[in-house]
Amino acid sequence: MNRPMERREFLKVSLSGTGLVLAVSFLGGPLIAVSSDVEEKAGNAGKPWVPNAWLRITPDNVTTVLINKSEMGQGTWTALAMVVAEELEADWKDIRVEASPVRDEYKDPVFGMQITGGSTGVRHMYDPMRRAGATAREMLIQAGAREWNVPSGECKADKGRVIHGKTGKSLTYGELCVKASQVSVPHDAPLKPQEKFRLIGKSMPRLDIPEKVDGKGVFGTDIFIPGMLYSALQGPPAYGARLLSFDKEAAEKISGVQNVVTIPDGVAVVANTIEAAWKARSALNATWDAGSHPDLDDAALDRILSEHMEKKGLVAKNVGDVEEALKKAAHRMKAMYLIPYVAHAPMEPQNCTADVRKDACEIWCPTQFQTAVLQVAMRETGLTADKIVIHTTQLGGGFGGKAEVKVVEEAVRISKAVGKPVKHIWSRQEDFRNDFYRPGSLHRIEAGLDREGRLVAWRHKVVVSPIMERVLPWMVKDGIEPTAVDAIWDMEYSLPNLSVEYVRLGLPIPVGFWRSVGNSSNPFAVESFVDELAHAAGKDPLEFRLNMLKENPRAAGVLKKVAEAGGWGKPLPAGCGRGIAQRFCFGSFAAQLAEVSVDKETGVIKIRRMVAAIDPGQVVNPDSVVAQIEGATIMGLSAALKERVSFGKGGVATSNFSDYPILTMAEVPEIEVHIITNNEKMGGVGEPGVPPVIPAVANAVFAATGIRLRSLPLSPNMLKKALANTESSTEA
Amino acid sequence: MTELLINGKQYRVDLEPSANLLWVIREHLELVGTKYGCGEGACGACTIHLDGEAARSCQLTIGDVHGRSITTIEGVPQNHPVKEAWISEQVPQCGYCQSGQIMEAVAFLSKNSRPSHDEIVQAMDDILCRCGTYPRILRAIKKAAGTGGSR
Repeated sequence: MNRPMERREFLKVSLSGTGLVLAVSFLGGPLIAVSSDVEEKAGNAGKPWVPNAWLRITPDNVTTVLINKSEMGQGTWTALAMVVAEELEADWKDIRVEASPVRDEYKDPVFGMQITGGSTGVRHMYDPMRRAGATAREMLIQAGAREWNVPSGECKADKGRVIHGKTGKSLTYGELCVKASQVSVPHDAPLKPQEKFRLIGKSMPRLDIPEKVDGKGVFGTDIFIPGMLYSALQGPPAYGARLLSFDKEAAEKISGVQNVVTIPDGVAVVANTIEAAWKARSALNATWDAGSHPDLDDAALDRILSEHMEKKGLVAKNVGDVEEALKKAAHRMKAMYLIPYVAHAPMEPQNCTADVRKDACEIWCPTQFQTAVLQVAMRETGLTADKIVIHTTQLGGGFGGKAEVKVVEEAVRISKAVGKPVKHIWSRQEDFRNDFYRPGSLHRIEAGLDREGRLVAWRHKVVVSPIMERVLPWMVKDGIEPTAVDAIWDMEYSLPNLSVEYVRLGLPIPVGFWRSVGNSSNPFAVESFVDELAHAAGKDPLEFRLNMLKENPRAAGVLKKVAEAGGWGKPLPAGCGRGIAQRFCFGSFAAQLAEVSVDKETGVIKIRRMVAAIDPGQVVNPDSVVAQIEGATIMGLSAALKERVSFGKGGVATSNFSDYPILTMAEVPEIEVHIITNNEKMGGVGEPGVPPVIPAVANAVFAATGIRLRSLPLSPNMLKKALANTESSTEA
Repeated sequence: MTELLINGKQYRVDLEPSANLLWVIREHLELVGTKYGCGEGACGACTIHLDGEAARSCQLTIGDVHGRSITTIEGVPQNHPVKEAWISEQVPQCGYCQSGQIMEAVAFLSKNSRPSHDEIVQAMDDILCRCGTYPRILRAIKKAAGTGGSR
């Protein structure tokens, strides 16, 4: 296996004269490769210069770009390689990518952590990677000029060569890399003007695709190390359950079993094969007490949410005077929206291979959050960071779920307990049971329209469990969990009176980042209710929105785009309807138009067509943006129509795809993606496609049937019942 | 001792016939292109060919496949029209399910070389992809079959 080179090795390589390894700092000092925005947020200006190796050029002409962001299919590796290659004037065919090591130097300059999340992979690394490429290019030009003893101003770099214009002499980067490594590092390498870009903004084939098509991509599950065993953990079936007994001998009798140990998470079995480990786990026949919330199930959860709605919460936002405005409103409306817990369900279940020795620890895992992996390893082993090596593998899906490190904690604890390297793969059942779900939530909204049918007041109360409080506590200000109120307190619409109240739901159900986080759920309530208000005001839902977006032309722009491309307002067959919704988050504007048909007999909602538009500002690799919006649309549809984690007996009842179906090919409509490109500041693209999907579908169902569905998933049963009720009331 | 014929190569494994085929392929023989996704035949990530027919390896034992010819993703040539279409249509995102998708598509096209849209959807419908590459899978299969594709 290729191990990422250590920094010391890099230095050695440079000194022994076999190539150029370029170090560029973004932590201040002479080579500031950050935008002022980044610098300000990181608060690192003036700190000592810390070198980072971002690229390596070797005599075989290969340029290897080291990427500090995890690749989970979102195309970040290719996009960042494009950025380096652009400035380096490299020949694209010579570019390779590999995961960077896990060390301080590779932290995200804004977050101050090594993490892939918040749709930041390209936008946070764009400036440092450009600077790295440009600096290396200048060093190569210097090296060429020295070789020919000519002024460097007479030389230029082009497609992996340095060329002396007057004589036509040229040398490849491979031929020059040793000399270039001896050139002093320029501090002001010029960046290419945008009009000269040859790669950035052009769709480039992803570098990770060929190996994934050949079955050669190395995911976490695909790691093999000498002496490796397999581990399996029997964890508690209910929240807070304590272990009462287990049959150690029965497990030990299974052929291939080497150890049975207890760790804080439960009972672990270590065996020669994964089959033996899993079989022995069943043989443990572990018994547990009823746990901390023995009555927790789906019905109890709904009741708990309702009870919390009556509690007083914290005021997250208060603009104008909602009370007064509601009193004066010509028309008032109220509604409750219920949103379920949903799971990440990446196709690759969580896993980790850990080798904990007395004086060192090595970890291989498909993680989105290397800094958290390192922290867990340090805490569990007592070793210092320099004794811990972490390898990031390819991720078989992440969606935020692989920012959690429970699986790493388990693997490290087990390896430490038995003193052997273990590969620890969660079964699908464990992956569902141990997931940090997108939280369920309950929303109560009251709004007022004036005589002209304009929205004048919005009062919103949300009950939900916090995420940031546990993961990134410094993001919680005055007790307000930002993920609870995202898309509510920062609504795009001009609204004179808005109040947002947050009631914290304390439950043992772990919750975490699910592709677009609070923005994946809250817009269902907000954009559905906006639709309700539009209809109540007798206005077209598009016009109603556009009237409130006069100050927000880019949000209006994506809505207009999907409306135009999706035939908004044009006639449809009976039983069909169109819905729209929009959301700005992670730096990008996105809108979706859903066209659905409803079978009135069965209540089945068929998605006929989705039209998406995203305005993410500057774009690096357009086809990757299209792919991300396609994927986000499908994940959104899956959550809209099918997904809900079920609870029972104080724990998780959901166990596999058989009881947690996700969208399949037959349910996927034609998806049309429009990218609105401009030179605005670069936004994210992994997450913003999700938020408008669910409300667009719910709004389309209303357009098709006159039924307003206010809880997810939008199931055939629920719709069938609602349709039957309307019919009976019409008849009556 | 059980003999297995995989990608034209004979393997001998010192395991009981009841050993699970997926884990033997992946963890014993280290042909890791074949993936574990659900263990109950519900996701298709572990799809291989048995005498050219698509099969879920997680639902089979090595005893079940005695004397039969197994093909895994590693045994499909790089220049196979399906693999080439997968690259030209830029299908994979995370890539984890793609071995199963490709194996299902290859087996399907070998029986139905000019499938209709609906036939493709029906054949591919039980292989899950969480990234949402379905539209591109469809395009790639149409391209490999010479009935479509967009690039």
